[in-house]
Amino acid sequence: MKITANLMHFQELNSQVRNAHDNVIIIDNCIGQRYIGSGLSGKKITINGTPGNALGAYLDGAGIEVFGNAQDATGDTMNEGEIIIHGSSGDATGYAMRGGKILVKGDAGYRAGIHMKAYEDKIPKLVIGGCAGSFLGEYQAGGVILVLGIGKDDETPIVGNFCGTGMHGGKIYLRTDKVPDRLPAQVAVSDPTDEDMEEIAALVEEYCGSFGGDSKKILKDKFLKLLPNTKNPYKRLYKNN
Amino acid sequence: MLKEGEIRIPSGCAISGIFNKKGKPINGQTIIDSIATMHDRSNGLGGGFAGYGIYPQYKDAYAFHVFFDSTDSKIRCEKFLDNHFDVINLSKIPTKKVPSITNEPLIMRYFLNPLPNRLRECQLGEDEYTAQCVIRINTTIEGAYVFSSGKNMGVFKAVGFPEDVGEFYRLDEYDGYCWTAHGRYPTNTPGWWGGAHPFALLDYSIVHNGEISSYDANRRFIEMYGYKCTLLTDTEVITYIIDFLNRKQKLTLEEVADVIAAPFWDTIDQLEPAKREKLTYLRNAFSSLLVTGPFSILLGFKGGMMALNDRLKLRSMVIAEKGDTVYAASEECAIRVIQPELDKIWSPKGGEAFIVTLEEGIE
Repeated sequence: MKITANLMHFQELNSQVRNAHDNVIIIDNCIGQRYIGSGLSGKKITINGTPGNALGAYLDGAGIEVFGNAQDATGDTMNEGEIIIHGSSGDATGYAMRGGKILVKGDAGYRAGIHMKAYEDKIPKLVIGGCAGSFLGEYQAGGVILVLGIGKDDETPIVGNFCGTGMHGGKIYLRTDKVPDRLPAQVAVSDPTDEDMEEIAALVEEYCGSFGGDSKKILKDKFLKLLPNTKNPYKRLYKNN
Repeated sequence: MLKEGEIRIPSGCAISGIFNKKGKPINGQTIIDSIATMHDRSNGLGGGFAGYGIYPQYKDAYAFHVFFDSTDSKIRCEKFLDNHFDVINLSKIPTKKVPSITNEPLIMRYFLNPLPNRLRECQLGEDEYTAQCVIRINTTIEGAYVFSSGKNMGVFKAVGFPEDVGEFYRLDEYDGYCWTAHGRYPTNTPGWWGGAHPFALLDYSIVHNGEISSYDANRRFIEMYGYKCTLLTDTEVITYIIDFLNRKQKLTLEEVADVIAAPFWDTIDQLEPAKREKLTYLRNAFSSLLVTGPFSILLGFKGGMMALNDRLKLRSMVIAEKGDTVYAASEECAIRVIQPELDKIWSPKGGEAFIVTLEEGIE
């Protein structure tokens, strides 16, 4: 089913998507309609244009692919499913994600992965192909964030300031040999283990599968792993307590 | 009805701006189309626009746009204007009936030149003289409110959704090299015509999305310099801060941004010595003008436009370019709707001012 969005109100667009009998939906000329695919499962949505804020909020298994840039709060509190963005994404990408996967071809704005969490086999994954803004993984409680820094020059830092502020769970992988400036005290930097590299490799393969690129070449470079410091009191506060 | 300053209601908003570097005219309908895509960021309690380059026939005169509650306030205000200015032209601002826009005040436009003998008497420059007159009218003449006072620019605002406000003021009949727009979602104040954005003083106009937690500290400081914050809205105080720092203290706009959205001390500590020293000086000299809390603003000024986010970037802002035209908006969709193909699109960092000006030699 094909929907030409133009200036249609988001409520109308979203009810057409929800009520569609067809499980494959194409939205053309999307202009900022919010909440597309929210809470949705079992459908595959392709969006041409610029979807609005909170794309795929509470997503519950559906797949969304965007040919364009995404705005703010993509995948807010998503539970399951996949969001693939052939462009960049705005602030708070993957906000409070609790499952599923977001792949961003380009950059992400401020606060990507803020408050991501995980529970047993629900491990959300956020892959950013370019660079991430400040406050990446702020208050991260679980899940995996991978930033690849593809196409950046040597001067540009792969993440902005205050990376991992308040982090108390999960992992951040960065494809760089430069430890980000002024990491907060509760974040510890280490080299990825072999097991970590397998996890990274699987995500890079998926990234290249969606957007192209040479995964072997990408994987040859140095990666760093950021974890909450085990001495960090937050960790015990939220786990086994 | 209780106005701004008399009631506090415990914001989301939308902003958009367009600027042509070669000074080519952009029709007012374009900015309406842009802000309209962000309809759901406003709640109908305020919308407004600022246009620059819209009054070429009177470009050297101050254009006052004034709201009047009654003919009595108009008579008293016009007496004041006659005593202080040479009134070159006056008219009602043309409007169109729009069902959703109601309770409109009387809206007048005056093209004014300061009376030369009065200027000589008070030994002020004409900008300072005019700014003081605006503050006098707004604080002493009940029912009169000057909401636009620059040259070759004008503010148009009302209670309503921005697209309706644009239609009400017939903005498709104006062309300018720069436009800014605002859709309001007031959270602290009730939504009065004067309280809509942009806020303007002389050539400066501000549209703002956010919520300033330093309002009182900023207000106390700026009121020591003759400004009167009559509306208790954070946007008003930002307008005065920019007027104070840029026009009076002669700081560059980059320096103004370094004052109001100053980097954290530990970020300053990382910088090379010259930059570090300068930023330390600015933060110390104007510590009360640091604006904290989430904000994104668009400042219009003579020949330019500045976009700025708070230093933590708690509000969204996207900038784009296509040929000679520069776009800035809360959401990318508000740019794509008027220009689907862009040369470049990006988000400036928190506290990083983006400034665009007319190319050299263009007026």
